Amino acid sequence: MSDVDDALARAHTQEWARVVATLARGFRDLDLAEEMAAEAFASAVQHWPVDGVPPNSGAWLTTTARRKAIDRIRREARRGEKHREALMLTDTPAPLGVIDDDRLRLVFTCCHPALAMEARVALTLRMVGGLTVPEIARAFLVQETAMARRITRAKAKIAAAGIPYRVPSREDLPNRVTGVLAVLFLVFNEGYLSSDPEHEAVRADLTAEAIRLTRLVHELLPDDGEVAGLLALMLMTEARRTARVSAAGELVTLDEQDRGAWDRALVAEGHALVRARLASGRRPGRYQVLAAISAVHTDAREARDTDWSQVVALYDQLAALDPSPVVRLNRAIAVAELDGPEVALALVDPLPLDEYHAFHATRADLLRRLGRSAQACAAYDRAIELAGNRAERAYLVRRRGQLAGA
Amino acid sequence: MAQYLISVLNDSTTFATGDESAAIDEFNDSLIAGGHWVFAGGLGFPDTATVIDARSGEAVLTDGPFIESKEFLAGFWIIEAADLDVALQLASRGSAACNRRVEVRPFLRP
Repeated sequence: MSDVDDALARAHTQEWARVVATLARGFRDLDLAEEMAAEAFASAVQHWPVDGVPPNSGAWLTTTARRKAIDRIRREARRGEKHREALMLTDTPAPLGVIDDDRLRLVFTCCHPALAMEARVALTLRMVGGLTVPEIARAFLVQETAMARRITRAKAKIAAAGIPYRVPSREDLPNRVTGVLAVLFLVFNEGYLSSDPEHEAVRADLTAEAIRLTRLVHELLPDDGEVAGLLALMLMTEARRTARVSAAGELVTLDEQDRGAWDRALVAEGHALVRARLASGRRPGRYQVLAAISAVHTDAREARDTDWSQVVALYDQLAALDPSPVVRLNRAIAVAELDGPEVALALVDPLPLDEYHAFHATRADLLRRLGRSAQACAAYDRAIELAGNRAERAYLVRRRGQLAGA
Repeated sequence: MAQYLISVLNDSTTFATGDESAAIDEFNDSLIAGGHWVFAGGLGFPDTATVIDARSGEAVLTDGPFIESKEFLAGFWIIEAADLDVALQLASRGSAACNRRVEVRPFLRP
């Protein structure tokens, strides 16, 4: 890659959201902001190889995009308020301190609860992440035209319904941040949990994108513990990604993973975030507890060194925040390591999770450890039937094959 | 400032109870005090509706609502709000006051 290509790629990663956000605030028009940002980057692709990379590429892009927006408004001879505002903006460039705020506004607008979840995800990836519509469509296995429609419809609702372009008020903030984190976590999981081999590369891009966006939100809201918690959780999960699927395309469970293959830098960064939260002394929310659980797991040199009593204690804390059956299932898995499979099975059996593959996979494993092979086999059958992805199914089929008398 | 229609969705066959009416009155007062009030009203049941079609010149009257549905419009508020966030906050309080689901829709801007 040439230096100019490199500068272009870096500018896109670092400046896209800033350019869109600054324009969106100036012109009160997301559509215009998105289009003109895209044109400014296209213009950079044309000019930078010839004229050289400008010393402040972000300012160059913002100025170019703004100039194009004003030209567009003039060309369309849209008089009235917008026209005046646009002309005013050329005289008074935004002070630098406000710009970070703009990106935060953009995030909250794209993740507004009045939009459908899938629209929030698509809009955030497009407006904040700078992914193209075809890229987003491919990542979510949706037709390009359908994805374009989804984004257009969301932008139209923002404009028509008056979804504001601002950081929510103090009393709304925790709720709205939770909404933003839900979007980011969904993007991450979409990349992480799927193992469709044909889309694997695109999916890995999604986890990277989710981490990048969460880093941005963490940078903008450094004191929010849940943002830090989600970032830590993503980093420690991402660290184990390559160890999670074998060369044969089979899922490798935590206890069988090659811990030497974990990305130590990501683990260390996750641990540092968790430690900082613990030091704050504030009561942790859901993502912080999940991150703490992940930290205990990644702290153990070998699976057998895992501090299971700590894991169970953290799951107790999580169950107090979120008493869902899935949390209780995960708690029971930790209990099995601490108090044995029989105690755990008694906790698992009554859970109302008959349609959830992990419920049956957990039961199968506990029954296997108790030597109840016939029942374990039936549970593996059901888990295999419900498992959504190929790597997981391959793993379950192998485990079923290892049962005595199978 | 934008205007929003808050529609009250009803699926029961009773009007507002005394408690609900009192809560609605209180909510209305707060709308007026906050400068959000434009108009509001409760509606008679759908079976009191008459549909009129005068598109061909002469008015043709039909008894009853134009769509039969389990859920129907029981009343509405028209409010003035700076943006959707404000409208949604007011609508949440309206829903709690009248004890029914509500829907928020923006009016087209002139």
